[in-house]
Amino acid sequence: MSATFDSGTFSPDPGVGSRLRMLAVHTRTETLLALRHSEQLLLTLVIPLALLVGLTLLEGLVELPEPRVNAALGTVLALAMMSTGFTSQAIALGFDRRYGLMRRLAATAIPRWLVVTGRLGGMAAVVVIQVVVLSAVALALGWRPDGGSIGWALLLVLLGAGAFGACGLLLGGSVRADLVLVIANVVWFVLLFVGGIVVPADQLPGALGIVVEYLPSGALAEGLRSVLLGGTPGLGHVVVLLVWGAVAGLVAARTLKWD
Amino acid sequence: MGAQPAVEVRDLVVRYGATTAVDGLDLDLRHGRVLALLGPNGAGKTTTVEVCEGFRSRTSGSVRVLGADPTGAPEALRARMGVMPQGGGAYPMVRVREMLDLVAACSARPLDTGWLVETLGLASCAKLPYKRLSGGQQQRLSLACAVVGRPELVFLDEPTASLDPQGRHLVWDLVRAMRADGVAVLLTTHFMQEAEALADDVVIVDHGRVVAAGSPDELTTSGAEDTMRFRAPPGMDLALLDDVLPEGHLSKEGPPGHYTVSGHIDPQVLAAVTAWCARQGVLADDVRVGRRSLEDVFLELTGRDLRS
Repeated sequence: MSATFDSGTFSPDPGVGSRLRMLAVHTRTETLLALRHSEQLLLTLVIPLALLVGLTLLEGLVELPEPRVNAALGTVLALAMMSTGFTSQAIALGFDRRYGLMRRLAATAIPRWLVVTGRLGGMAAVVVIQVVVLSAVALALGWRPDGGSIGWALLLVLLGAGAFGACGLLLGGSVRADLVLVIANVVWFVLLFVGGIVVPADQLPGALGIVVEYLPSGALAEGLRSVLLGGTPGLGHVVVLLVWGAVAGLVAARTLKWD
Repeated sequence: MGAQPAVEVRDLVVRYGATTAVDGLDLDLRHGRVLALLGPNGAGKTTTVEVCEGFRSRTSGSVRVLGADPTGAPEALRARMGVMPQGGGAYPMVRVREMLDLVAACSARPLDTGWLVETLGLASCAKLPYKRLSGGQQQRLSLACAVVGRPELVFLDEPTASLDPQGRHLVWDLVRAMRADGVAVLLTTHFMQEAEALADDVVIVDHGRVVAAGSPDELTTSGAEDTMRFRAPPGMDLALLDDVLPEGHLSKEGPPGHYTVSGHIDPQVLAAVTAWCARQGVLADDVRVGRRSLEDVFLELTGRDLRS
């Protein structure tokens, strides 16, 4: 493994690369890694798909308004955002930190805000794939979308991805990787069943039904079901998602550890 | 570049709470030179390097890196230096080429990443995720990341710690080539051989202080003109050797198998020692006159106690 190097091979010629290229390559890498990771795919695509089919076809599972496929699509889109933005993002960041990625990137000329932007870019690419795949399967199951509901639904998906993404960065960027793994998975399970995603808020017992409306899971799922069933989102849902996104984002920016 | 030093550290002090990691340290590194920071574990080597990289703040002292204060690691400065952190760093699931391409994208005119992967012997593990690479492969990737942006100054924190001998020689060849091309290299190591083989200047640190500094030659010759050292099987009866040595010479065994003869060393003494070894049926190995190994210097200065 001995090598001879031509004179001038390492002659210094440094310079900061193009920001756009940094962002493009970073986003591409993040996307590739998210799609290559089978456990993440299970969380982000397989489980939402299975749930979409199950909720639509198995009427006894959960009480849903007709047309069931519209409500089910709302449910699984909310789940998909939680999976990608929160659980998957937090775990990936936690382990990237453990493997010294942040220290490695901090030593290059890439600005820190771009590192975060690249991560969000990768997340956005996964969200697009999720929305396309889940919508296509919903169409096959009989979903008939109308123009107005799609616009509202996309807005809510965007806000939901932002709110969960900020929470994911907050958790993954501040705690030890093995702890991130536990917390991110437990929260995912809890919110899935009693956070307003699978079981709608009005079917949850007592105070819980009120509380979940203020969680990003409840606000997003309730909002999405409402607009996909032909209604408009409550202003409350939009505000809840905005507040979670802004607060978690600000705290994450302060607590994100670069080692 | 030119006359301006690549790294200039004066009276650096770094404290964490009650612990003083670095205690009044000076360093000078010019372009086209290799400086080795040598010291036992916990001597303050990594802390010093991290202060120079701008990733750790100092308690007091002055630090100039490429003419600027590195505090906070401003982007423009980071672009001019290459960093190989101890233990590397990458996405756990990333492949070698993807990681190197990402780091290369941060630089304006990076080296060809395909060529680097090939040259550093990483082509064979191209499909493996980072976390499945051997320690040596991870380390070579980390080195590739440090040099890919054509930096003026490179920090290598224990660059060969988990490499096999082939890998170590490859890294040495690369460091020599960078030096010849005018790159300034600051490396930390606890391999004496590495410092002897690569460094123009060696700074031995212990407990955060410089205990010796100079070229490997200066460090190994000073105060050692009247000694002869050799290696042989441990436990030889040196009383017999002293009998054949001229008056005023004394032999002793240091660490097992390391022998020293002190007194004026002339060709007759050298011949007497090797002839005596021959009569014992042993080969005197690694015979040095008037010169210690850097390891001897190091152990003399930093003691033989094991550091955690």
